[in-house]
Amino acid sequence: MSVSTAKRIYRGHPGPGSRVEGEALVAADNFSARYDLDLTKGIFSRPAHKLAGQSYVGKILVLNIAKGGVATAWMLREMVTSGRTPKALILNFANPIMAQGAAFADLALIDRFDVDITDVVRSGERVVCDPESGTLTVAG
Amino acid sequence: MKLTPHETAMLDGAEGPARKFAMEQIVKVGRFFDAADTVPVSQVHIMADPEALGPSGVDFLEHLAQLPEKERRVRVPTVTDPRGVDFAAYKRLGQTDAMADLERRATAAFEAMGVMMTNTCINYQSIIPPVLGEHLAFGDTGSSIYANSVQGARTNFEGGPSALAAALTGRTPRYGYHLEQRRRGTTLFEVKDRPRDLAEWGALGGLIGRQMGSYWEVPVISGLERPITSDEMKQFGAALASFGSTPLFHMIGITPEAPDLKAVFDGPVPAARKLGRRDIADLMASYRPKDDKLDVVVFAAPQLSLFEMKTLAGLLDGRTINPKVALLAATSPDIKSAADRMGLTAKIEGSGATVLSGVCFYQMYAREIGQANGWTRLMSNSAKLVNILGGYGYEPILESMEACVASAVAGHIVGRPA
Repeated sequence: MSVSTAKRIYRGHPGPGSRVEGEALVAADNFSARYDLDLTKGIFSRPAHKLAGQSYVGKILVLNIAKGGVATAWMLREMVTSGRTPKALILNFANPIMAQGAAFADLALIDRFDVDITDVVRSGERVVCDPESGTLTVAG
Repeated sequence: MKLTPHETAMLDGAEGPARKFAMEQIVKVGRFFDAADTVPVSQVHIMADPEALGPSGVDFLEHLAQLPEKERRVRVPTVTDPRGVDFAAYKRLGQTDAMADLERRATAAFEAMGVMMTNTCINYQSIIPPVLGEHLAFGDTGSSIYANSVQGARTNFEGGPSALAAALTGRTPRYGYHLEQRRRGTTLFEVKDRPRDLAEWGALGGLIGRQMGSYWEVPVISGLERPITSDEMKQFGAALASFGSTPLFHMIGITPEAPDLKAVFDGPVPAARKLGRRDIADLMASYRPKDDKLDVVVFAAPQLSLFEMKTLAGLLDGRTINPKVALLAATSPDIKSAADRMGLTAKIEGSGATVLSGVCFYQMYAREIGQANGWTRLMSNSAKLVNILGGYGYEPILESMEACVASAVAGHIVGRPA
């Protein structure tokens, strides 16, 4: 993969939540709070997940699609309330559960980009997520 | 998003803060999915176990429950998914009083809102089966995929906050599987070998679910010529929904919207991806451990039907579970009551097994239960359960109910009978 070091702006579908800035944590894997996370420790806990063992706290998570069950709709708010939360969720495709949970938690969410977003953003890059405009900006 | 005058009034707070929250949730989600308006729903099913709710979710429910009665009551029949604590068994399982307290508080709040505590994920079998074309707000992936696919009703996955919003208003945003055009097939699978038991039906669902690219993909399954039982559909659908986040499938000649391929595909029929015995065996083998150590056998996810309870009672009648192994079977309160009356519970529990009522294993603090009891190696005939529990610190194994029972009796993993 070859990624430019200039400032890049990616456009997706506007979503809930407020503008946030932070460090990206990226994988081409899918996402479910109940299936993949240990909410007490604030880490990915599913052994088969590429981010297993890594902390999601304070990160802007960039993942492929929402998978799994319905619990995430409640869990995102509990994660925000507890402080052990990602700053934003950036997905190729959310499902209703992820959208409902982000709306309830007021957590920033953008999906439906015109590129595979997991392929163009790298872990560790500084990004700005603006749900109102549906843009993800990678600092140059 | 177009709102009726009544919806606008609720959004503005004219009917109190509960319905204002509900309309705000509906509008936020509706806008995200470009819904044109809302659709009335005839019943709601809410998932809100205390582990998922967390303390903040329970506080939120209690806040609504303290409102005046006319502001807090749900407006359409509303039922609940399994709870997180069975008060008859929680101490034995190593659950804490803090967990039980959250459960009591959440239940009291729901009751104050007029929610019926059915505590089941198989409401489509045991409470009110939906019908063709009926718009719903169902809050479990297994209940949603069954209602959409087998019964021809219309629902999206409605997570707790949105299911509650639908209950308080009687409406949900009109997007996704409420729209006819979204219900068309996108991918075709041809099943070469019919699964032989519920574990294999789940494995087949898991195989298809793994190939789903998003919530919007609708798999169509051909090659199954004979009808399928409700429990087989239940395991297949629950696994497909769990592995794939998939709310709808069609089976040609079997499910109501799929009399033939032309009826479900717009334009040319895509090439079929073939699935057979080898694929099912490979998926099941992928969970098989190197040694035969076993800690616990669980039958749940979905809760057992009355027929499954009868099968389990027949398998366990007169046998004794090895003291090194625990066996848990979860069902709904209504089916538990029937099983008690018919002597099935006595046969199951006479073996040393435990029947759990109104809960489901993965919704009852499975991680903490495992730690409290020293359980890691878990055997089940539910592909959905096996899929979920990897993230909870378990080493799950998928086998038939017969093999699971034989293993529980032997005290170690016994392979599938030849």
